[in-house]
Amino acid sequence: MSQQPEQFQNDPMVPPELNNNLFITTLDKLYNWGRKRSMWPMMFGLACCAIEMICVAASRYDLARFGAELMRPSPRQSDLMIVSGTVTKKMVPTIVRLYNQMPEPKYVLSMGACATGGGPFKEGYNVVSGIDKFLPVDVYVPGCPPKPEALLHGFLKLFEKIESQSIRTVPWYRKGEIEAIPVPVLGPDLIDLRRAVEIKEYTQTQVNAAPAPAAEPAHS
Amino acid sequence: MAGKVAAPVAELTGPLAVLKEKFSEALSPGEFEGAVIKNENLVEVAKFMRDDLGYDYLSSVTGVDYPAANEVEVVYHAYSARHGLHNGKPLVFKARAPRDNSVVPSLVSVWPGADFQEREAWDLMGIKFEGHPNLRRILMWEGFAGHPLRKDWHEAYFEQDNKPFDSRWPGGHHTRAEDRVPLADNVAFPPGFDPTDFNSQAETTLVERARSVDVSELGQLVSSDGNGSGSGNGHIADAIQTDHLIVNLGPQHPSTHGVFRMVITLEGETILKLEPVMGYLHRNHEKIGERNTFIQNMPFTDRLDYIASMSNNLGYALAVEKLMKVTPPERAEYIRILMVELTRICNHMWAIGFLLNDLGAFFTPALYAIEERELVLDLFEAASGSRMMCNYMRFGGVARDLPEGWIEKCRDLVFNRLPKATDDLDHFLSENEIIRARCEGVGNLTAEQAVAYSAAGPLLRASGVPYDVRRAEPYSIYDRFDFDVAVRYHGDVYDRYLIRLDEIRQSIRILQQALDQMPGGGEIQAGKKQYQTRVPAGQAYGRVDGPKGELGFYVVSDGNPNPYRYHIRAPSFINLTALGEMCKGQKIADVVIILGSIDIVLGETDR
Amino acid sequence: MYGSGIIKGLGVTLKHFVATYIEDLRYVLKGGRYTDQAMPVRQGPRARGVFTVQYPEERLPVPENFRYIPFLVFDTQKNEDKCTSCGICAKVCPPQCIWIVRTNDPKTNRPVPQPAEFYIDATVCMSCGLCAEFCPFDAIKMDHDYELSSFERFNNLVFDKARLTKPDTYHAQIHPTDWAREQAEIAEKAAKDAEKAAAAAAKKAAAAKPADAPKPADAPKPAA
Repeated sequence: MSQQPEQFQNDPMVPPELNNNLFITTLDKLYNWGRKRSMWPMMFGLACCAIEMICVAASRYDLARFGAELMRPSPRQSDLMIVSGTVTKKMVPTIVRLYNQMPEPKYVLSMGACATGGGPFKEGYNVVSGIDKFLPVDVYVPGCPPKPEALLHGFLKLFEKIESQSIRTVPWYRKGEIEAIPVPVLGPDLIDLRRAVEIKEYTQTQVNAAPAPAAEPAHS
Repeated sequence: MAGKVAAPVAELTGPLAVLKEKFSEALSPGEFEGAVIKNENLVEVAKFMRDDLGYDYLSSVTGVDYPAANEVEVVYHAYSARHGLHNGKPLVFKARAPRDNSVVPSLVSVWPGADFQEREAWDLMGIKFEGHPNLRRILMWEGFAGHPLRKDWHEAYFEQDNKPFDSRWPGGHHTRAEDRVPLADNVAFPPGFDPTDFNSQAETTLVERARSVDVSELGQLVSSDGNGSGSGNGHIADAIQTDHLIVNLGPQHPSTHGVFRMVITLEGETILKLEPVMGYLHRNHEKIGERNTFIQNMPFTDRLDYIASMSNNLGYALAVEKLMKVTPPERAEYIRILMVELTRICNHMWAIGFLLNDLGAFFTPALYAIEERELVLDLFEAASGSRMMCNYMRFGGVARDLPEGWIEKCRDLVFNRLPKATDDLDHFLSENEIIRARCEGVGNLTAEQAVAYSAAGPLLRASGVPYDVRRAEPYSIYDRFDFDVAVRYHGDVYDRYLIRLDEIRQSIRILQQALDQMPGGGEIQAGKKQYQTRVPAGQAYGRVDGPKGELGFYVVSDGNPNPYRYHIRAPSFINLTALGEMCKGQKIADVVIILGSIDIVLGETDR
Repeated sequence: MYGSGIIKGLGVTLKHFVATYIEDLRYVLKGGRYTDQAMPVRQGPRARGVFTVQYPEERLPVPENFRYIPFLVFDTQKNEDKCTSCGICAKVCPPQCIWIVRTNDPKTNRPVPQPAEFYIDATVCMSCGLCAEFCPFDAIKMDHDYELSSFERFNNLVFDKARLTKPDTYHAQIHPTDWAREQAEIAEKAAKDAEKAAAAAAKKAAAAKPADAPKPADAPKPAA
């Protein structure tokens, strides 16, 4: 969802060159309205923010008002992944796998400082500094933790994004498969397979550099 | 980095003197209130402590790294839980080993509760426990390079040993940590490492262990049926021998209460073996905590057990106050009690709601329980500024006084609403036939087992051990209140549910007394509030009875603005030691409610 | 009896449902249930019936102590930043998300009490409020604005000085008690200064009549 789709104007004075698109814009409206009012989030919580996410789904903030009351435990049935909490290196392979299992159209909402950019635990050795290192994030909600209203605001922001998409440009109706994100591997540290060559080059330069830096010996 | 924390050598008194008499060779007094025990005698001395001195409950095991002395230390805190001896005071003892060959005998054979804690010490500190049945990494994955809590181990984003970092002020041009490091990410690899030709070992041992179930255990499962566990399967041994099935539950599963994982070996639907796998939310709390200044750790403690942040605040404040030797003023003490007891209510409401969720009553009971919790959170938000991450306690007081109208609102809630809400929950849930049918006799834990596995809090008390830190070793001003230690005797899921209702009622009692006794005004902070707290050198173990159980903070200070060692005895983590035992012989369908009845929060389990 | 649990449970829901309408009737003459006056009651300890806040049409009032991301207070009377770039907030910040560049006088190269740059990384900030708590100049406060969601995090969620600075009128509006305490402290200090000045003046001109020093304002008790 990286490319910004065309914006269609609601102007009643439609220029002649747009005559053929008029139907599409109306269809877009219907299509997007339908999608945004039935956004099923995945029942997926990571850390502290998940508790606020549950509170959003509970009676006081009532996510059901936005047509999102069904939190699906299965990625196959969900449209939205709310990454609610600290993403750790140990957990990220699972998250990527879950994301790959979600059918298109799918959205990612990064909830809280940790999922957005590492948060207060950014410096930690087991923390991924931002889920956007692996998944394409649509909306970031900062805060630690975001107040339930803040998450709802994130939802509204996501709806805005959905409204701006057009059925003609969305990637999931294009030809060809949408490539899955390679699942990272747990080695001596987290290995992002998309960067394997780069990592290899770097570790080779480390060997070549005269005194090896004081890397910890692998555990026995 | 300073080396050993110097303090006057204490004379061995009380139970330590008894030990000294018996094991004069093995024991030497440490520069703390306790003894250092020689490695070769450790198991023997520990057995004596448990059997003859009554220290049946091993509360905390942790390591401390002293590069200057080229030594690692294992610190043990043992209490007397079933016998209630020694005024609730701990027996602190240590074992030492050289850094490069850090081997210490395992105490799992004496106190099975040491199991996970020793594994954690191995994982993070690299201390080998000889004789441990399953010494594998527990928080990090198998194959991770290094033992992160060693003082000389640095992560990729490492900037400086101690906060505050110099780069922030006065020349603080904003840079991202990514821009500082070579791979532009929080990763570091050993030189020459080739990711294109690598097979991860992270899962293999797990699967191997799950496969290697001792068939002779099948017989045990049958015999364990005899003591009334009810749902053990009486005829698996006679049945046709079939392949065992390995079921993986988690880390993403709607009823594991977070990113918790269990690898379960099944015979039919009966559980032969359950192995908890954790660390999916390991946020390096202790490593970061040792870099933080003392006050900076306070908001981080909120994120341990994020349902009960006030209790975490109190535990940490108590540990540091022990070192600083300050006591908060009267009003602050009462405010603290109000906050932690409200926290307990919220936590138990949440736990009960979600236990029902696990039972299949999807979300409806939880909605009602969360409503009550929301009202309590409003109070927290008004007083502290945040619903969940309260960051409210300070060393020697609380952050700010209660806002206007807070007490009235709290009174209204505590006197009029919460008692009724608790009765409602009790009325609608406790006698419900489905709840009784599914919870009674499931997930049994006997009193002996509970104590041996260092279970704490409602889990321990539901097994018939009336051990509550608030009573056993009263902290703050708990000695002023009239309350009962809730206790139930069956040790099954149903009793663990009931005991939470009992505890809510006792908390309401304490709250009502506190609201009546509380002084109307006065100081809320002892001494002047400082942003860099001076904490004298020494070590302290502060513990509170949090909603999940005994929450302990072990803090070693060397006089610097940062704690030298900062360890958390996390009840959610240690309570899980008993999970495998509780699930053995049960049906797979009951695993989620057994887990739900322990009530874990992954932030605290994994830290 | 089997089934009694189900009936009991359905009864709860029914009661809740009916209570909502009874509550509605109570508010019918007071302009309805969804007003600011009704809010504290129906979201307070005496709440009955439906408990939902209809965000975004209506919002729960945030308490004064509420904290989200910090902001810098701009003194509209003196027309300057209150921040003196002393760096205490950056030092106390637990996740170290505050970055301050101190201004140096170009001539003397000595520090000027004003920040040249000030950044808060909202993707790291843990909203703990320690910066506001320990700021000796009341220059950094915790904002109540929680609607910060964004499509992008690199430019939008690292707050620079321009983004962080807000006028003290805004501060007075969202933190009335805190503002009153600050004003009282300023008045007290001014009174003390005036007293001192007056005393000095009196000393200087021993014969002259000392000026009337303004009385210290009746200060409310500080909140912290």
